[in-house]
Amino acid sequence: MKQFKGRVVTPGEVTAEAVVTKEGFNTLASFQMALQFGDKEVKCGDQSNKDLYGKPLLNKALCLPQTIGSTTGGLVLYCACAMGKNPACMLFSSHIDSLAAAGAVLADVWVDGVTMPVIDSLGDEFLDYVKDGMTITVKDGGIVEVE
Amino acid sequence: MILTKEQQAILDGEKGETLAKVMKTLVMYGDAFEAEKLVPITSKYNHLVTSFGLKVMAPVYDLMQQLLDAGVSSEQKFSVDPRPLDKNVPANFLQNLVFNKFMYTKQGFYEDQLEKLGLMDKNAFTCTCYMDEVSNKPKKGDVLSWAESSAVVYANSVLGARCNRNSGIIDIMGSIVGYVPYFGLLTDEGRKATWVVKVETTKKPEAQLLGSAIGMKVMEDVPYVVGLDKWIGNELNDAACSYLKDFGAATASNGAVGLYHIDNLTPEAVELGKDLIAEGAKEYIIDDAELERVKNNYPVIWKNPDAKPKLCFVGCPHLSLEQLKEWTVKLEKALLENGKKKVTIPTVFTAAPGVLEVFAKTEYAERLKATGVITSYICPLMYMNNPLCKKMPVITSSNKLRTYTSARYYTDAEILTAITGGKQK
Repeated sequence: MKQFKGRVVTPGEVTAEAVVTKEGFNTLASFQMALQFGDKEVKCGDQSNKDLYGKPLLNKALCLPQTIGSTTGGLVLYCACAMGKNPACMLFSSHIDSLAAAGAVLADVWVDGVTMPVIDSLGDEFLDYVKDGMTITVKDGGIVEVE
Repeated sequence: MILTKEQQAILDGEKGETLAKVMKTLVMYGDAFEAEKLVPITSKYNHLVTSFGLKVMAPVYDLMQQLLDAGVSSEQKFSVDPRPLDKNVPANFLQNLVFNKFMYTKQGFYEDQLEKLGLMDKNAFTCTCYMDEVSNKPKKGDVLSWAESSAVVYANSVLGARCNRNSGIIDIMGSIVGYVPYFGLLTDEGRKATWVVKVETTKKPEAQLLGSAIGMKVMEDVPYVVGLDKWIGNELNDAACSYLKDFGAATASNGAVGLYHIDNLTPEAVELGKDLIAEGAKEYIIDDAELERVKNNYPVIWKNPDAKPKLCFVGCPHLSLEQLKEWTVKLEKALLENGKKKVTIPTVFTAAPGVLEVFAKTEYAERLKATGVITSYICPLMYMNNPLCKKMPVITSSNKLRTYTSARYYTDAEILTAITGGKQK
């Protein structure tokens, strides 16, 4: 087990299985088809993302550097949370970007009953270490345990 | 974050619970970037990115309704991104069924909400709200709460306004309270270039290709571009602005650029020159070979890569009046040379309703119509955002449309050849 320390963007504690991308995560491209056409597993629809395309995102610990793409990204993430189609948590190796931050904050403030902890600044070592299928535990204070 | 008494009072709920939640959203958003304060929005109008009444976006309309029910609409009027539907754009029976009965069933409802929230007018649907014909053109130094990525990068870079790459919903929340968190591209430090891009091509680089190359290289950083003024001049005239509109949209969609500086051309570069370049800035050299490499690396995701195109979109972001006129002249010439009277692939040129209105009054409008090209105010991206279009071979000269859909990118010259029945070199 290895422990990493990041910065809390939105709080919460959760344990989930990791899905990992080392590329920028395009929120719109990843979620749009799954949300629109009712994919129960919320499989990633971004064909440009070789790490994640076709993999389920629902209730996973999404490990990523940053999000990229359309500025609808934040509201797409907000919708995913409001519809209960969100990852269990989002863990950023870099500083969070403005679109992901917006989505995380909108979900935290405006969606009742959904907790999606978001931690950023976990460092490059975090993304080098974590692999698909590993178990991630997010604890208070930005602590992320990987085993 | 340090708040003023007025801001703190809103956060504490003195103006109602809903407005307190709006303020909390902005404060948390700012906190994520260590913003020290909120600053007043100074632009006359706002611009929203969410224009589409997609059934699946119900949570967005619920949130908008919460705002309306609480009576907290924006004091700023706003324009909004293009509509997703237009009867003029070719669609088959199945597409129409999916668009109207399944996907965009909330369009009318959402447009009613927008009107109540402060839509400028019924025609204020475009991604190029800064066109003179639309009238939402911020001044240099204006602080904005916009979200549409191509409009943000244009406002920052070409107009010298100040705006972060906000997300949809955050845009209207800033406008409702009248403040945005002070960080990133609002600050002098955040507007410094951390990349120097040297354009060393032997001909004028294609705007959408150059933007794509730079976007993919610098991602969310600020590039300072030298050598481009050689090709597009030192004056922000119609031609240069149209070029920069397309260039910027590609930097923003192929990467996440919110601001660029063009040496000797864009306002801050003219004013401050190379002082805008941060210490330790990285360098990227772009020559003909690099542009070719970037273009050749775009994936072709058509089922049959050799399929005959069924539709062509030009105008993402929306075309300027100048571009509509230029295309008309180019099309007439190419059709004549190729012995054709009309375009050989159904082709849609998209522009803001206000621009189309002015264009319709020019002599070019009938001439363009005679070529068989359809004009529309639609958002091509929204049109293609469904599985049916994924199977459809669509071509475009928009690198933004290429990025988000299955549309295949060609340069303007290649598109011209394709739609006029010419032979590709």
